[in-house]
Amino acid sequence: MIWSRHSISSPSRADATLARITGGIALAVVILLGLVLMLLVRESWPVLVDGGWTRFFVGDGWFPSSGQFNLLAMLWATLAASLGALFVAVPLGVLSAVFSRFYSPSWLIMPLRRVMVLLAGIPSVVYGLWGLTVLVPLIANWEPPGASLLSAILILALMILPTVALTSEAALAAVATSHLQGAAALGLSRTGIVLGVALPAARVGILTGALLAAMRALGETMAVLMVAGNVVQTPSSLFDPVRVLTANIALEMPYAAGDHRAALFASGLLLMLIVTVLAWLAGRIGTHSNA
Amino acid sequence: MLKNSFRLNDLLMTIIVWLSAALVVGAFLWLLSDLTLHGIAKLNWSFLVSAPENAGRDGGIGPILVSTLLILGVALLATIPLGLGTAVYLSEFTSGASARSIRMSLNVLAGVPSIVFGLFGNALFCIWLGLGFSILSGGLTLACMMLPIFIRSTEAGLSAVATEWRHGAAALGLTQAAALWHVLLPAAAPAIIAGLMLSIGRALAETAALIFTSGYVDRMPDSLSDSGRALSVHIYDLSMNVTGGDQSAYGSALVLIILLVVINNVAASLANRFLSQRITSS
Amino acid sequence: MGNEVRDPEKIWGWILTLCMVIGLNSAALADVQKLVLTGSSTIAPLALEIGKRFEKLNSGVRIDVQSGGSTRGVNDVRAGLADIGMASRALKPEERGLMVHRIATDGIGIILHQKNPVKLLKDEQIKAIFTGKITNWQQLGGEDRKITVVNKAEGRSTLELFLHHFQLKNPQIRAHVVIGDNQQGIKTVAGNVGAIGYVSIGTAEYEEAYGTPIRLLPMADVPATVANVGAGRFPLSRPLNLLSKGAPTGLAKRFITFAQSAAANDLVTAQYFVPLAR
Repeated sequence: MIWSRHSISSPSRADATLARITGGIALAVVILLGLVLMLLVRESWPVLVDGGWTRFFVGDGWFPSSGQFNLLAMLWATLAASLGALFVAVPLGVLSAVFSRFYSPSWLIMPLRRVMVLLAGIPSVVYGLWGLTVLVPLIANWEPPGASLLSAILILALMILPTVALTSEAALAAVATSHLQGAAALGLSRTGIVLGVALPAARVGILTGALLAAMRALGETMAVLMVAGNVVQTPSSLFDPVRVLTANIALEMPYAAGDHRAALFASGLLLMLIVTVLAWLAGRIGTHSNA
Repeated sequence: MLKNSFRLNDLLMTIIVWLSAALVVGAFLWLLSDLTLHGIAKLNWSFLVSAPENAGRDGGIGPILVSTLLILGVALLATIPLGLGTAVYLSEFTSGASARSIRMSLNVLAGVPSIVFGLFGNALFCIWLGLGFSILSGGLTLACMMLPIFIRSTEAGLSAVATEWRHGAAALGLTQAAALWHVLLPAAAPAIIAGLMLSIGRALAETAALIFTSGYVDRMPDSLSDSGRALSVHIYDLSMNVTGGDQSAYGSALVLIILLVVINNVAASLANRFLSQRITSS
Repeated sequence: MGNEVRDPEKIWGWILTLCMVIGLNSAALADVQKLVLTGSSTIAPLALEIGKRFEKLNSGVRIDVQSGGSTRGVNDVRAGLADIGMASRALKPEERGLMVHRIATDGIGIILHQKNPVKLLKDEQIKAIFTGKITNWQQLGGEDRKITVVNKAEGRSTLELFLHHFQLKNPQIRAHVVIGDNQQGIKTVAGNVGAIGYVSIGTAEYEEAYGTPIRLLPMADVPATVANVGAGRFPLSRPLNLLSKGAPTGLAKRFITFAQSAAANDLVTAQYFVPLAR
C-alpha cells in the first residue's frame, strides 16, 4: 500500500515531461553508483585478473611489501566490529525509540530527537579523539592494550545509535493508532502493547534501520582507526587489537603503489560487495512486508 | 495473581526503557562535557572570525568556517534538485523492478565507505573533470554521500501523504506536476527537512572524503575553484598532526556542534512555516 | 496566479547573478602566480606557515599546500601534478631523478609513560621488547605490568628509520597497537602506563613540557632533546625535504631558497623541528 501510487494517469504534457526529467535524474543517480564501482574495479584490476583474487584469502597474512595480501583477518575483524556494534546499538536504539513513543513525558520527546540528530552529525574524528583519550585508557586499565575490538564496538555503537533510534522512532510512529487503541481496549498492559503490537507492526522499519546502521558501521573509517589498535590479526578476544578493512585503506593508501595499491582498492570492492548484499536484504524485507 | 505479574512486567519494562534512554543521553553528555572541558577556553568571537595562525594553534577558524559553509552550499545545490527529482520519480512515476533497482542502488551508495568516496571524488572531480583540489570537488563529492539519505527521507515523506489528497488534486483538474508543487511536496515538507538535516549532519561530519577533494589550504577561499579546508579536516589535522593543536581541535569541534544545532533549529522552524503556510492557509 | 509567472524569472535572475559572481572571482585571479606543494603530512603544517610568510613578503603569489603522504609528494612532483614535493625521508633508490632540498631535521625518540619507573633502556633491550622477547616490565626492573608495544604503520619513514637503526624487519615486530600519526602515538602512550612507542622528539618534548604524562628516553646514552639532534649528537633522525624535478626555477626557486634561509628558522622551531645548522 505504502509504495504503490501510480494509479493517477494524467494526459497532461507537463506530466510526461516531469516524468522524463525525474526519470533522467534517477538514472543519473544510478549511474553514479556505476561510476563508483567502475573506479574500484579499474584500480584493483591488476591484482584481480588471472584468478589473482584468491590471493586475498590464502597466504601468510597481510604483508604487502612481500606481496602477501591475505585479508581474512581484517575481514573477520570488520564483521566482528560491525556485528558487535549492532548487538549493542540495536536494542538500545529500539528501546530509546520505544521510550520516546510510549513512555516519555511530552516535553522530553522533541529534545531527545534533537539530541539524536545531533549525535548523528558529530564528526567521526571527534568520536575517535574521545575514544582515544577517554575510552581506550579506561579499557587499558582493565586489560591492556586498551585499543581493541571492544573499543571499536563501543565507538561504532555510539555512532550508529542515532540511525537505529531515529528510524525505529519513525517506524513506531507509523503504526496505526487504531491498532494500539484496539490492543488497549483488549486489556493489554503497556508492555503488552509495546511488545505484542507496536514492535511487531514496526518490525520492517526497525529492521531496515538496523540494516542501514550495519552499512554505516561497515563503512566507518576514522573513528575505528583511532581506537581499534590496527594490528592485523583475527580477534580471539574482545580485548585484542584489530584492524578493519576501512582503517587499512586509510592507513596504507598514502604509501602504497602498484600491486599494494590495487590490493587496497580490491578490499574496498569487497566491502562494497558486503554492503550490496545487505542492501539487497533491506530491499527484500521491504517488499516482503507489502505482500 | 494475574494482576501482580502484570504490574511486575510493566515495572520491569518501564525501568529497562528509561534506563536505555538514560544511557544514550548519558553517553552523549559524557562526550559533550569532555569536549566542552577541553575546548571552551578557545570559544570567543575572534576565534570565529580570524584566520588561523601558527598552524592553527593560534588565531581562529574564520576562513575554515567560510570554506565549510561554501562546501555545504555546493553540496546542497547539487543534492536538493537531484534528490527531489529522484524521490519524486520513485514515488510517483515508477514501481516494481525499476523502482527496486533504483532503491537498491541508493542503499548501496549509502553504505560506501567514506574513504572510498574520497578516492572516487578525487578521481572523478579533481582529476577527470579537472576541478583539482577545490570547494567544488568537495561539495560535489559530499552531494554523492548525502543523496541516498535525502532521497530516502523525501520518498518516505511523499509516500506517507494520503492517496485521498492525490485523488482530490486530480479531481480538481491539477496536473501531477501542479499537485506535487502545491500539495504533495508541502505536505511532505517535514520529512524532506528531516532528511535534509540528517544529510547536512552527515556532510559536516565527513573527513576522509574531504581531505582528498577539497584539500588542506586554510586560506579564505576567493572562489569555488579554490582549495578550502573544511572544519572536520581542520579538527583532524589539529588533533592528529599538529603538535599542541589539541585545544584548538576541541574548540573547533564545539563550534561544529553549535553549527549543527543552529542548522537543525533553522530547519525545524522552516518546516513549521511550510506546514502552516501552504496547507492550512489558502 | 501572477506569482507563478514572476517566480521563474526571479529564480533565473539569481542563477545568473551567482554565475557572474563566481566567474568574476575566477577571472580576477588570472594573473596571480600559484605554487602547489603536496606530500608529507608531517611537513604540511610547516610548509603552510612558511608559505603564509612568503605570501606576506611577496605580493601576487599563492602557495597552496596539500597533504597525502611522502610517496604522494614524490609521485606528484615527478608527474608534474605539483610544483614542489614534500618528503619526510630520504629518497629511495628507485626515486632518483629529483633534486632534494632539506629544510629541517626531525629526531625520533622512544617514549614511555611518566609513571613507568624504568628510566633507561639499552639498544638490546629495546630490540627485545619490540620483537616480543620481553613482555613484562618486571623483566626490566620495573613493575609487574604487560608491555604494550606501539608501532607505526607500514610505509611511514619513522618506522623505516626505526627498523634501520635497530636492524630489524617489520614482520619481526610484535606490536600491540599500530598507529598512523605522531599524535596518535603520544595519546596512546599517555593513556597506558605500560606502553612504549617512538615519536618525533620535538613533539614529545612539547607534550612533556605541557604536562602530557610521557617521558623521552635517552638513546645510546644521549638524551633525546631537540638541541642534541641539532648538534648531531643524537643517533636517530630524519631529514625533512622539499623535492623538485631538476633544478628549481622562478617562483619555486624563490620559495625553496626562502624555506632554507634563516628567515624561516623560527617557523621551523615553532613546529618543534630542528632548523638547519648554519
